[in-house]
Amino acid sequence: MIVRLVQRIGILLASLVVSSVLVFAFMAVLPGDPARVALGTSASDSAVAQLREQFGLDRSLVAQYFSWIHGLVTFDPGDSYISHAPIGPQLADRLQVTLWLVGTGMVIACVLALPVGTLMAVRHRKPSGLILSALSQVGVAVPAFLAGILLITVFAVGLGWLPANGWTPPVQDPVLFLKQLVMPALSLGIVQAAVLTRYVRSAVLDVLREDYLRTARAKGLRPTRALLRHGLRNAAVPVVTVLALQLATLLVGSVVIERVFVIPGLGSLLLDSVANRDLIVVQDVVMIIAMAVLLVNFLVDMVYLLIDPRLRGGAS
Amino acid sequence: MKHHKRPGRGTGAVAATLACLLLASCSAGSTATGGSAGKNSLNIGLTAEPANFDFTKTEGAAIPQALLYNVYETLVKLDQSGKIRPQLATSWSLSKDRRTYTFHLVKNATFSNGARFTAEDAKFSIERVTTDWTLVQKTQMDVVDTVRAVSPTELKVTLKRPSNDWLYRMTTRIGAMFSRTGVSKLATEPVGTGPYVVKNWNRGDSITLARRHGYWARTPHFASVTLKYFKDPTAMNNALLTGTINVIGQMQSPESLYRFQNNSKYKVIEGTTNGEVVLSLNNGSGPMKNPKARQAVRYAIDHKALMDTCWAGRGKLIGSMVPPTDPWYQNLTDLYPYDRDKAKKLVEESGEAGRTLRLRIPTLPYATACGTVVKSQLEQAGFKVKLDQLEFPAAWLTTVFKNADYDMSIIGHVEPRDMQTVFGNEKSYIRYDNPEFRALLAKADQGTREQQITDMRAAARLVSKDAAADWLFLLPNLMVADKDITGLPVNSVSESLDLTGLGRS
Repeated sequence: MIVRLVQRIGILLASLVVSSVLVFAFMAVLPGDPARVALGTSASDSAVAQLREQFGLDRSLVAQYFSWIHGLVTFDPGDSYISHAPIGPQLADRLQVTLWLVGTGMVIACVLALPVGTLMAVRHRKPSGLILSALSQVGVAVPAFLAGILLITVFAVGLGWLPANGWTPPVQDPVLFLKQLVMPALSLGIVQAAVLTRYVRSAVLDVLREDYLRTARAKGLRPTRALLRHGLRNAAVPVVTVLALQLATLLVGSVVIERVFVIPGLGSLLLDSVANRDLIVVQDVVMIIAMAVLLVNFLVDMVYLLIDPRLRGGAS
Repeated sequence: MKHHKRPGRGTGAVAATLACLLLASCSAGSTATGGSAGKNSLNIGLTAEPANFDFTKTEGAAIPQALLYNVYETLVKLDQSGKIRPQLATSWSLSKDRRTYTFHLVKNATFSNGARFTAEDAKFSIERVTTDWTLVQKTQMDVVDTVRAVSPTELKVTLKRPSNDWLYRMTTRIGAMFSRTGVSKLATEPVGTGPYVVKNWNRGDSITLARRHGYWARTPHFASVTLKYFKDPTAMNNALLTGTINVIGQMQSPESLYRFQNNSKYKVIEGTTNGEVVLSLNNGSGPMKNPKARQAVRYAIDHKALMDTCWAGRGKLIGSMVPPTDPWYQNLTDLYPYDRDKAKKLVEESGEAGRTLRLRIPTLPYATACGTVVKSQLEQAGFKVKLDQLEFPAAWLTTVFKNADYDMSIIGHVEPRDMQTVFGNEKSYIRYDNPEFRALLAKADQGTREQQITDMRAAARLVSKDAAADWLFLLPNLMVADKDITGLPVNSVSESLDLTGLGRS
């Protein structure tokens, strides 16, 4: 167990280093000089050169890389090229907004997909199972932003039940916060639920064919009870894997959803910073997203150990 | 075998995540979007968010739009008809040699940091433009010779030569008055004498301005105004339809105006702006260096059809670099009326028919909408056109604006009275180099008001006749607002979105 844990932490750290090098390298080859963009069309070459020096853009790439990493590790990523405001608080703020969105989206996805997927598997030969299956296919085909636009058209503009867009922190106005959260979280959640449902269905179907389940039935357990007691934990391993992948999709999907619903999260920050060539912010945001994905994968590995005792035996 | 009911680990993980989120939410306080505004507050939807608050070092229209006249004030201000009116200067006079302006300043104005506004601050602000600003606009202050604070309320500014343009420029951002003790954090904490202060800025979302106690002049109606920024025009329309905002300050999707026009809850305002949508031609190199090819371009464009297609017929055809709110406006659309046969003939005469024109447009709504129409109209006249979209601002600014690596582009020049900056400088990206044109501009600046008007008209006609560019249309000032909002400007004449005159009926 300990060996495995250390191994996983080692892999996590190595992936973080590799991804940071990749992120930095991609930013470095992006066309457009950040100092020129910051100063605008009319700036003289000397003013641009001065700003490059101020940002440290005139240093070697290696030096720039290490000062960036140093800033990240010490939680002091410095000031934005464009807004001249400290980046740290801004990142923290935006991250919280996105976490709400992704977290709620994930909860919605799980709450919908786990029972529906199981139901689809249990009834896979019955009409109700087929209908659910068809519906989930439609859900898989609909991109989240389209779901968002449809929801806005119907529930905000059409019926006037919910605000079309915007964001309010829960501490400021919890009711408005919930109202504004519903549609973006649903657009993310429903689409992910559709995908997840397919995996839950096939995982449960696999389990239903296993010998141990037949044994449980032979002992006299009812089908549902047998499935709940012996099946679900076994079906959980592949589902958790997919969940981790989906969390990454949700993080990326939220970039678009934040734009559709005008939410000031990490995704909007990323898009704005790309447009302004606020490269230091872009770098930090992309790195945060990469870190989040790697961290989730790490946690999933840990969850495997919890779900499946057979994996706890260590490297053997 | 006994089955223990274990708590599902998956549930545990979900619960842990939720707990984290809840904890995080406690501090998720600084990113807020106002909901529906109360009686005393107003939410306005706009397009471009400022990158920071320092318009002395940061280009673009977004910062002065939010801050000028609202947070910062100028000695003189532009009114709706384009006339120069008193603001921090109650009156002013011009010496006989037309070189010295004497401004009499208000007595009771204070800055939001508590300091009193005096002639020393005015002197400081004017001199600071030359020493500390980095924008191209700073050169408009080069004409100033000396600035003298005669008394706390009297300021004398002597110019190197007479200049009509200087007083006008004092109504723009370069005329903004700064506190001698309030310029250390311009990018994040602006300090001005205006009726509003910046209360809150949720980056990526909105800026909230709050009415200031102790403002020296008439207090504005709204205690709080939130400027909310939308990248997506549809999202902005929906925000007004669902009551999140009260005003669409800049309508970016004129084709969707119908959603508001037949609705008694809203009013639509349509006027003019200073934004000339220019089909820029590279006069310095490539096929567009050839005057005949440029003339062919002007004859080839059917402006009416173009404006109908790409901007829903909203806007005004002008044919030159002068909007109708400038005193020297004249309609020059008949210089090159649409004539495809003539264009075809000119294309052949020019010998440029075989070369491919690089139409490199920025990724902006009007440019992308017009780009394909321009391409097809030019191709019908016999040109070969390759359309490239360059990401705006970064890629477009570097490729087209700085390196002039283009043959044609489409861009809205939104700065007021910008004929000089765009065409009067042979190094500008259009590379128009005509000494006669520059002489006319110089003469206009120094002459009397009548001479100024005559010379500016001649200059506008000359640059249009030379086909230095094609003027596709003038962007309209399109606003949609709740019916009860009053005081919205019909024409957008200045760089500022002036909030001081707004009210609710």
